Amino acid sequence: MTRPAKAENALELTDLSVAYRVAGRNRAVLRNLSLNIGQGEAYGLVGESGCGKSTVALTVVRYLPRNGLITGGAISLDGQDVMKLDAEALRRARAESVSMVYQDPGKALNPSIRVGRQLTEIFELGGITGQAAQDRAIAMLNRVRISDPTSVMQRYPHQLSGGMQQRVAIAMALANDPSMLILDEPTTGLDATVEAEVLDLIAQLRQELSASILFISHNLAVVSNMCDRVGVLYAGMLVEEGPTEVVFNDPRHPYTVALLRCLPRGGQRKDQGRLDTIPGFLPGIGAAITGCAFADRCALADDRCRTELPPLYDLGGRLSRCHYHEKAQALPRATPSNVAPAPKAAAAPVLRVAGLNKTYASHGHALRAVKDVSLDLRPGETLGLVGESGSGKTTFARLLLGLVPPDEGGTIELEGKALAPRLANRSDDQIKAMQIVFQNPDSALNRSHSIRHLISRALKRLAGLSGKALEARLNDLVRSVRLTDRHLAVKPRQLSGGLKQRVAIARAFAGDPRIVVCDEPTSALDVSVQAAILNLLADLQSKEDVSYIFISHDLAVVRYLSDKIAVLYLGRIMELGPSEDVFAGPHHPYTEALLSAVPKLDQTETARIRLDGEIPSATNPPSGCVFHTRCPRKIGAICEQQEPPLSEAQPGHSIRCHIPYGELARLQKAVVTEPA
Amino acid sequence: MSAVQTSSPTPDDTRQRGPLAEVLFSLLRSGTFLTGLVIVLFWVGCAIFGEHFAPYDPLADDIINALAPPSAEHWFGTDQIGRDVFSRVIVGSRDILTVAPLATLLATVAGTALGLITGYFRGIVDDVVSRILEAFMAIPVVIVALLAIVALGTSKTTVIVVIGLSFAPIIARTVRSAVLAERELDYVAAAQLRHESALHTMFVEILPNVIPPILVETTVRLGYAIFAVATLSFMGFGIQPPSPDWGLSISSNYGMIGGGFWWTVLFDALAIASLVIGVNLAADGVHGALND
Repeated sequence: MTRPAKAENALELTDLSVAYRVAGRNRAVLRNLSLNIGQGEAYGLVGESGCGKSTVALTVVRYLPRNGLITGGAISLDGQDVMKLDAEALRRARAESVSMVYQDPGKALNPSIRVGRQLTEIFELGGITGQAAQDRAIAMLNRVRISDPTSVMQRYPHQLSGGMQQRVAIAMALANDPSMLILDEPTTGLDATVEAEVLDLIAQLRQELSASILFISHNLAVVSNMCDRVGVLYAGMLVEEGPTEVVFNDPRHPYTVALLRCLPRGGQRKDQGRLDTIPGFLPGIGAAITGCAFADRCALADDRCRTELPPLYDLGGRLSRCHYHEKAQALPRATPSNVAPAPKAAAAPVLRVAGLNKTYASHGHALRAVKDVSLDLRPGETLGLVGESGSGKTTFARLLLGLVPPDEGGTIELEGKALAPRLANRSDDQIKAMQIVFQNPDSALNRSHSIRHLISRALKRLAGLSGKALEARLNDLVRSVRLTDRHLAVKPRQLSGGLKQRVAIARAFAGDPRIVVCDEPTSALDVSVQAAILNLLADLQSKEDVSYIFISHDLAVVRYLSDKIAVLYLGRIMELGPSEDVFAGPHHPYTEALLSAVPKLDQTETARIRLDGEIPSATNPPSGCVFHTRCPRKIGAICEQQEPPLSEAQPGHSIRCHIPYGELARLQKAVVTEPA
Repeated sequence: MSAVQTSSPTPDDTRQRGPLAEVLFSLLRSGTFLTGLVIVLFWVGCAIFGEHFAPYDPLADDIINALAPPSAEHWFGTDQIGRDVFSRVIVGSRDILTVAPLATLLATVAGTALGLITGYFRGIVDDVVSRILEAFMAIPVVIVALLAIVALGTSKTTVIVVIGLSFAPIIARTVRSAVLAERELDYVAAAQLRHESALHTMFVEILPNVIPPILVETTVRLGYAIFAVATLSFMGFGIQPPSPDWGLSISSNYGMIGGGFWWTVLFDALAIASLVIGVNLAADGVHGALND
């Protein structure tokens, strides 16, 4: 493939403005956006959802939805003016010089065509056919570190794991050796271990390829690990740009400062202070912005900010769109950091689970989703459940709630009384004592009902209230989750994700529960909203003395909220102990691998422990220790033959591993794993 | 796309149209729906006010002018006992437009209840009820009608019951699949965690969310119901003489076509066709508006 001499920049956006036409009006999404990506450079674009990140990606290849239009500016791809290309030239540019990888590989691949065919098709478009195309396809799969490309070629996308699918999608994107690779949230929705694997791959490919990368993500830590330079997008405007390390360690725009503060970092815990939040909301698309777009949410803003749009101040190699960039870091906290009181210790357990099992029948095989789980939970305590998807976290939560009946034999005791396995046989007092906040509020809140109906129905059924008393409690409850009266009349779809999750929390708290299961309650939310929800959960806990079972794949979030951690793998508890001990180590090799997979913002390059492959099928779990197939610290035949017991290594801290505790400590000291 | 969807829902955005208003808005902009609506409303108008503007009494015979071809006096000609075909076509919409919608209503109510029950309880309830419904669907409407007439005698009520019950399983199947999807959503689990009764969960929690597919299915079924009523009347199982019903008129006159008296049949047939097309166009519009 011959190409004209390379332009100085792989991508240049100049004063780019894009609008979506909604209900007959053009609504601005990108506002005079200018950015350059140099040859071979990786550029990260971050911002909350609705900032216009994906629109940038779509605009570069002029692939906007039908109601989207470019209202001004220029796009130059490798020196070529994209705006001037005719349909044929545009098609060629998309085929040859720019490639995209999307968030959900399951949707990017055609489910009914074999992987091999999907790959060779790309080469055929370029005129390479038959065996040559096959060979090229195999070479591509080798390149993305797929160890058995010939067999992968024969498979359909659904037969591959999420990580493998994303590798195939990346292989397809790289097939024509593009000069520009656009990655739009390529690891969002993948497990931390798989995410680490895909990010490692991208990092390795960067050294082999000449492609420039536009990396779009809401995850600041991922961008900080992957990119040379980063741009922070807010309301369709670039508010800050500069070398990644500089921007994240020394931010000069209040929005960047605030975003970074929302993340629980450096092992921060709920009793050490609350997370900061960003008040208010992102301006809606098409909103008229006179001064600084962030002024309404910025505690530093004065009249100048509200009336005069700040230019992108050049601070020597970096840019900031803030009149007061020199004092951006002095941004006062939006949420006071006063500490919630520590939980009262030594009360009798509110929940006691012993020998809980759940077996599903799957095509004649027994699928053991949860195996022999025993643990207990004290009032006001949070138990964090961690593990990859498929580890049985959600099934365990559903067993507790009675939504799924467990196998015979196990016991669940609530405040000393055994709970019936089925929800229908539990008393009203028992059901109101244990409630749940689901992951996805769109599914959990009935979209036909108003917020008032949703909460008052819960109060009626769970608290047995009616009339004036219900009305009074409704008002209290709504205020305690920081909603206001005007939210009551609307339907869920009229609220943002964070507000919907508050409604779900209010509903769970309607009957003064003893235990609330939180199943990934913040994973669909932006970091600023996540911080507010985590604060709310911590506040409610210290006020109501409620216990949480907190499920999350985000270890920093789990660490922030949890007093106790249970690490699950294939339905078994691999490690159980006080949060501090589990994170500080020595830990189970699986926990060690999970911790090491988490991308960290405060980058201290550490040797990463990689987990190869995917979680084995629960219908046919490995013999002996179920983790031995992926374990980086496997010691030998004993791991394959004998299942290790969950033994107490230290008071309250149990590990299921053949390696003695002292030995684990020694091994893990050698690799200093920075905790999440 | 995502930018459009995710950035707008600030709580202050109260100018947003509700879902119902949005559907109405898009219905009123749909040419298909409006065309169908005009046709249907025309026939509804004829059914209600037809008597007042029909030039002749649709039941009055005039043997001397029997089988007169279309003329200025009798636009659509006269039938074998001299009744004015034009007047009969206009007034003939009355019976079909009461029987077909009532049958559809019965089918919708029964089908929705069955669909909710099978979709909500799943398992053995679903297996048993669904097999019975399938067995029922396998019997042609005409056979059911024949049996019902033997048992109940011919009347409009019989036609309504026969068509209503024949269509109920079809609607039940549509509702069931929609309910099965809703059943998986967490709000149903949340209702169980409040110890809500099955009735409450089915009718208060789930039903409002499956209204759109029910509406679409109902409008589609209405078209089929009209056709079925006409067929049954034509076969003599349905509406009885002396009603000027279209199907009935075709049935009593189709022997005349061979003699060249096409006008005694053609206009009734066109009337049936136009009403079915009108309803189907409207159904299409509803489908489009609800699935945008």
